[in-house]
Amino acid sequence: MRRAFLALVARDIRLAAGIGGGGGMAVFFFLTVVAIVPLGVGPDRPVLELLAPGMLWVGLLLASLLTLDRMFQADVEDGSFDLLSMGPLPLELVAVAKSLAHWVVTGLPLVIAAPVLGILLNLPPETMPWLMLAMLVGTPALSFIGAVGAALTVGVRRGGLLASLLVLPFYVPVLIFGVGAVEAAAVGFEGQAARQALLFLGAITLAAIAIGPLGAAAALRAILR
Amino acid sequence: MAEFFHMGGYAAYVWTCYGLAAAVVAALVWQSLSDWRRQSSLADKLEKAAGGRVRRAAAPAREDDR
Amino acid sequence: MSLTAAQKFHAYANPARFMALSDRLLAPLWALTLLTLGAGLWFALFNSPPDYQQGETVRIMYVHVPSAWLAMLGYSVMALASAVALIFRHPLADVAAKSAAPIGAAFTFLALATGSLWGKPMWGTWWEWDARMTSVLVLFFLYLGYMALWATIEDPLRAARAAAVLALAGAINIPVIRYSVVWWNTLHQPASVFRMDGPTIAPAMLLPLGLMAAGFTLLFFTLHLVRMRAEIMRRRVRNLRLARADEGEA
Repeated sequence: MRRAFLALVARDIRLAAGIGGGGGMAVFFFLTVVAIVPLGVGPDRPVLELLAPGMLWVGLLLASLLTLDRMFQADVEDGSFDLLSMGPLPLELVAVAKSLAHWVVTGLPLVIAAPVLGILLNLPPETMPWLMLAMLVGTPALSFIGAVGAALTVGVRRGGLLASLLVLPFYVPVLIFGVGAVEAAAVGFEGQAARQALLFLGAITLAAIAIGPLGAAAALRAILR
Repeated sequence: MAEFFHMGGYAAYVWTCYGLAAAVVAALVWQSLSDWRRQSSLADKLEKAAGGRVRRAAAPAREDDR
Repeated sequence: MSLTAAQKFHAYANPARFMALSDRLLAPLWALTLLTLGAGLWFALFNSPPDYQQGETVRIMYVHVPSAWLAMLGYSVMALASAVALIFRHPLADVAAKSAAPIGAAFTFLALATGSLWGKPMWGTWWEWDARMTSVLVLFFLYLGYMALWATIEDPLRAARAAAVLALAGAINIPVIRYSVVWWNTLHQPASVFRMDGPTIAPAMLLPLGLMAAGFTLLFFTLHLVRMRAEIMRRRVRNLRLARADEGEA
């Protein structure tokens, strides 16, 4: 069972890294969204510094939504999902593997790219570690919550758009605590508010890891019965 | 009477609020009732056309794996 | 023959029985709704004093607060029905869940709009990103997503399951969203001119508020019944059409 699980994760990562997988696309999208902000609000450095944490997080959310719809859809289309559902892994673990692979392919590169983009938005260097830490803690929640949305919209035409609409309200707490941690660190509240926000973020991620796959598996069973 | 419609100077807010509420509720009621009328007359028509041959199939949706 | 509890449960779930029962209930329900709403409106508009702080704008409260209450009641009904649908496979439960959503969404919209109309004269702004308004806005998005999911999956049985999963996930998430928004709000300490505690309610206002809340609640359940009946008919139409298509093929 463990071998099947690891094999599935490895396969998904390989597929996403290959042609048409969309792994690198999310980072590119993140870059363009963040680069467009100064063009919209003007290149005023203090203004950008003020907006930076929020814009980085919003860009991250949008970028991770972008690749969500392929999480199950691709497998359902080419029939490999039938094999998966007959295989040794329960659907819940399939969902865990898929979410994990999505995080490795989308979440992790975005976290690594974030500080570079932070420089573009004039984010103070001393808040960079907080930004990365918050994103590292928060991004798994995005993948695991997103799995439910991806599963619910399997087989729906334009499922990606619908999945985004369904999932975005669920991302609100992640966004709030994620931005909160960086902002609190920026004004020198590392000790209290930032740490508190990180703890909440961690709690949300753990809850998402626990509940998300159950919901995703239930949705897959409901739709692909 | 004029004083009543004046609402202590807040007429625009109070009456817009009540008007909006009335409009939303009216739209909801109208939509619900007309949907019911449409669906039930459609069902009647189809049932007549089928003439009882498909009574079983016409039973409302049920879970088949119950 | 004695029925087990489970059999009884499913006997009431029989749509034919539901249709007969709801048919008898509807006329008295409409009458009661109109009566309560009429009385509530009479007190709200003519027979209650203006607030000593807020003046006549307090009359907006008699629409705003019941709408906000229905926004929450609607989601509770939806989530409860979804849980019943998923756990017991109760055939009426997914109809109930689906029918509650548009009503809840309409009243959520009304709560937001009337709140905005109340906020302008009292706080001097149409919209304030305060915790309560923000979480109601997110609730509105949850309703819209739920309805969009129903609208995109063609087969009602599959749509029902998927929508039920979404409704329950939302129910788990609402307290988290609510809490996070409160936290966010205290972090930012908005420089606003108003206090959220509002007026303490005078007894003379309690009667119109109570009547309006009761009237709105009755309206919700009456409309819910009407929509459930329409939904059952829609499925019957669908099945009849499928049956005819099958015959055409044979």
